[in-house]
Amino acid sequence: MSPRPGFVLEVDRSTPPTLFWHGEGYRLERLPTGSRVLYAPEPFDALADPVGAIRQALANPLGDAEPLASQLRPGMRLTIAFDDVSLPLPPMRRPDVRQLVIEQVLDVAAEAGVDDVVLIAALALHRRMTDAELRHALGDRVYDAFAPHGLLWQHDAEDPDQLVHLGLTEQGEDVEINKRAAESDLLVYVNINLVAMDGGHKSVATGLASYKSLRHHHNARTMAHSRSFMDQHRSELHSSNWRMGRLIAASGVKVFQIETTLNTDTFPEQFRFLQRREWEWGARDRAAFLASSKVLAATPPRVARTIFHSIKAPHRMTSVQAGEVEAVHARTTENVYAQQLLEVDGQSDVLTMGLPYICPYNVNSIMNPILVACLGLGYFFNMYRGRPIVREGGVVIMSHPTPWAFHPGHHPSYIDFFEQVLAETTDPNEIGKYEESFATDPWYVHLYRTGNAYHGVHPFYMWYWCAHALEHVGAVIIVGGDRAAVRRLGFKPASSMADALEMASDVVGPDPTITHLHSPPLLMADVR
Amino acid sequence: MKGLLFERNLPRFAASRLASAIGGSGRGAAVGPLRLTDVTPPDLPGPGWHRVQPLLAGICGSDLSTIDGRSSRYFEDVVSFPFVPGHEVVGILEDGIPGTGVPGTGVPGTGVPGDANPVGGTPVGGTPVGGTPVGGTAVGGTPVGGVGTRVVIEPVLGCVARGIQPLCAACAAGRTGGCERVAFGHLSPGLQIGFCSDTGGGWSAGGLVAHEAQLHRVPDAMSDEDAVMVEPTACAVHAAVDAEVEAGDTVAVLGAGTLGLCTVAALRRLAAPDTLLVGARYAHQRRLAEELGADVVVEPGQLARAVRRRSRSLSVSGTLTGGADVVVDCVGSDESLAQALTMVRPRGRVVLVGMPGRVSVDLASLWHREVAVTGAYAYGVEDVGGTLRRTFDIAMDVVAAAGLGRLVSAHYPLEHFEEALAHAGAAGRRGAVKVVFDLRAGARHGARGPATTGPTATKGRVP
Repeated sequence: MSPRPGFVLEVDRSTPPTLFWHGEGYRLERLPTGSRVLYAPEPFDALADPVGAIRQALANPLGDAEPLASQLRPGMRLTIAFDDVSLPLPPMRRPDVRQLVIEQVLDVAAEAGVDDVVLIAALALHRRMTDAELRHALGDRVYDAFAPHGLLWQHDAEDPDQLVHLGLTEQGEDVEINKRAAESDLLVYVNINLVAMDGGHKSVATGLASYKSLRHHHNARTMAHSRSFMDQHRSELHSSNWRMGRLIAASGVKVFQIETTLNTDTFPEQFRFLQRREWEWGARDRAAFLASSKVLAATPPRVARTIFHSIKAPHRMTSVQAGEVEAVHARTTENVYAQQLLEVDGQSDVLTMGLPYICPYNVNSIMNPILVACLGLGYFFNMYRGRPIVREGGVVIMSHPTPWAFHPGHHPSYIDFFEQVLAETTDPNEIGKYEESFATDPWYVHLYRTGNAYHGVHPFYMWYWCAHALEHVGAVIIVGGDRAAVRRLGFKPASSMADALEMASDVVGPDPTITHLHSPPLLMADVR
Repeated sequence: MKGLLFERNLPRFAASRLASAIGGSGRGAAVGPLRLTDVTPPDLPGPGWHRVQPLLAGICGSDLSTIDGRSSRYFEDVVSFPFVPGHEVVGILEDGIPGTGVPGTGVPGTGVPGDANPVGGTPVGGTPVGGTPVGGTAVGGTPVGGVGTRVVIEPVLGCVARGIQPLCAACAAGRTGGCERVAFGHLSPGLQIGFCSDTGGGWSAGGLVAHEAQLHRVPDAMSDEDAVMVEPTACAVHAAVDAEVEAGDTVAVLGAGTLGLCTVAALRRLAAPDTLLVGARYAHQRRLAEELGADVVVEPGQLARAVRRRSRSLSVSGTLTGGADVVVDCVGSDESLAQALTMVRPRGRVVLVGMPGRVSVDLASLWHREVAVTGAYAYGVEDVGGTLRRTFDIAMDVVAAAGLGRLVSAHYPLEHFEEALAHAGAAGRRGAVKVVFDLRAGARHGARGPATTGPTATKGRVP
């Protein structure tokens, strides 16, 4: 039976309560009659032979690229860069897609007699991955073949010896990327395209770049003019990356792009109810919901976090494309849209969303308040094509505990950003005055380079990610959040969904139209 | 006349210590050695002494430590029992000072209007104040004299007050806070008025006695609330000067109770720090710290991070490799001192303003990083920009400029002393800063917000 497309439900009196994610837990909320609930398309069938599909893609590249095998020769320098721990979400069961693809690339390289090969985790300014995370992403065979020999690198955006400045785009944007990658005879980039934002020229131009380069598109102005950044053709973020990518190509850096798409099979069997439509829940789903809710209610947050972060998603690959960057990305984007797009008729006054325990930047970590804001207003709000789901001046209601808690090892600069910068202003256009001092703070640089910390500037990027939403909406309300933390974000706290809707009516008027984004699994609204 | 008397009574002392440990600071008053009783007004100890009728008398952290039974045993021999507490006093002269009508008296040998003896007609033994002109201003620039004159008390009982000649080196230099003879002379031992059995204190309707060297006339335009803040502000002024802040320094202040806030006001007006950071626990304290001139105000637990950011330090084992040039500890606890040592830079300076007792702190970083820790107690004369001035004169200016009378949050009659002390002991938590006893005739009592004007609550309706 083929997977069903997404679905827009109009809530009536017979509609069962709707499931909202709420951090390391979930709630059932009864939405007012007439509300719309957006359900994601069901997971596409996975490729029956993913390894065969990969080999096929390598041998039959898109665009003007030559087959991978014909680009490889003995004595050449080959660099394979790959997406970091921020993808996919949740982390997928073994074998990870990166492992599948890299194993095949290495096999082809071995057959061609290439022996100067380096793997690079394309961190940009993300935290360094742990050995366990690298092993999980690459598999034992690849990890053991490279890591002990010093051939498994993590991109260091703060090591001047590892960077090369390739020039300026026509708009004066610095293009500075990883030197090994730039000076290799071939750079293979392995993507996991979980959402439409991922991939394309953004892979190299962002993933292997320095702060000097990233600041040109990771800023409030660019993000406010990316409407949305899930829609490449209306995204200034992508325009900038495309300019940089073309300059990289013009500089002689030869990139062989590999992009993969995953289905939306997000949760394992025991949590299957999380991706089912509530009226279709069977007795097993209801029992699983009740049992897990009871257990989680009695579980300390730290333990609940550990439980959730141990979840490995049953995601499976639905497509793989290889070859020239732009041709590959065009096909990949079609595939992502096919899996995730849902046609939605018109905007609403209020957008509700339940935020889960994880976002790209807290894998095996704490979802701190800044990341809560970024997940809701940066990612979920931007999961649209055409127009935002919520009208201009409307209200976004997010459900999340939003604890005033930070992982000191992963997010040290977030703590200072939250305590000092957001205490002064929450305006993305205003915070820029502090950016340089955070970006160059020697302590943050040290922790980024030697520990597992996000770069000092990263919380600014998270806040810039919210710029479009903050400019667009009239108010943001968080249900069930730590009130002090919510207020520090500049949002309004509400103790219940009913209270939040009451508060929203002060902004948008009585009897507002309401749309609930029932996600994850991921969906992208095509708002007409 | 009714007054609060603190007697030596070891069982009650232990009881107050237990009560405050259980119920919180100030709760020891109900069971401790402090009691409301008829207090005989003290005799005048000698020439140059005068009677002062208190108008307002503040409750200080050191008072609370004493009443809670938490003060250091170090003080045992520099107080005399029984005593009437209260050393933050604005009051009225009950007898005139002969020979007044001109600013001060003049300290022979200094050639400037008298500062070592600002209100009276008694020369100070011909001893120059360090041989250096001590400012040029009498108290508020206004002569002190007749009955009914409003004065604030400089409570330290130094050599002049004690009739000791020659003056000790500290008093001779004008540093009366450093007097070496506080347990000697014709008075019973006592660091200050309010801890001496011979002088009385501000917490008594019967009044107190003070030497004219201790009296400072209050300008007519200054409110009683501003005036009662002069003594704690003088402590803060002394600390701010003692901190030796250089232009461009980063200075961190730990604590934002009365002393912390006064220190912020003093540092902002007497020094030129590039950045003044304050760790304040409560929202009203943070607001006041900002109003008084702090650049960065955060919760105490965030202060080290804020200092690290400002100084762009690295961190080793929780201690900054750089840090603040000066840290002013206005709390005086194990925790605050330890915190100060983590955030001061190597060869930096920690100034203890809050009265510490016995503390347990790891001093390894102090030794390794060659940090200087210094106490800042009381007042005397200060060298500000090369000019020597009485600390109280400077404090008058700071109080007036910063409007520190706004820190007076609640007034109580003596009869409600248990409530008053409980309020003072929980001042931060209850949105208050300074709690005072109000001995003015017909006074309305109550609490108000620290930055509002006039009572908003009447007797019996204190928070």
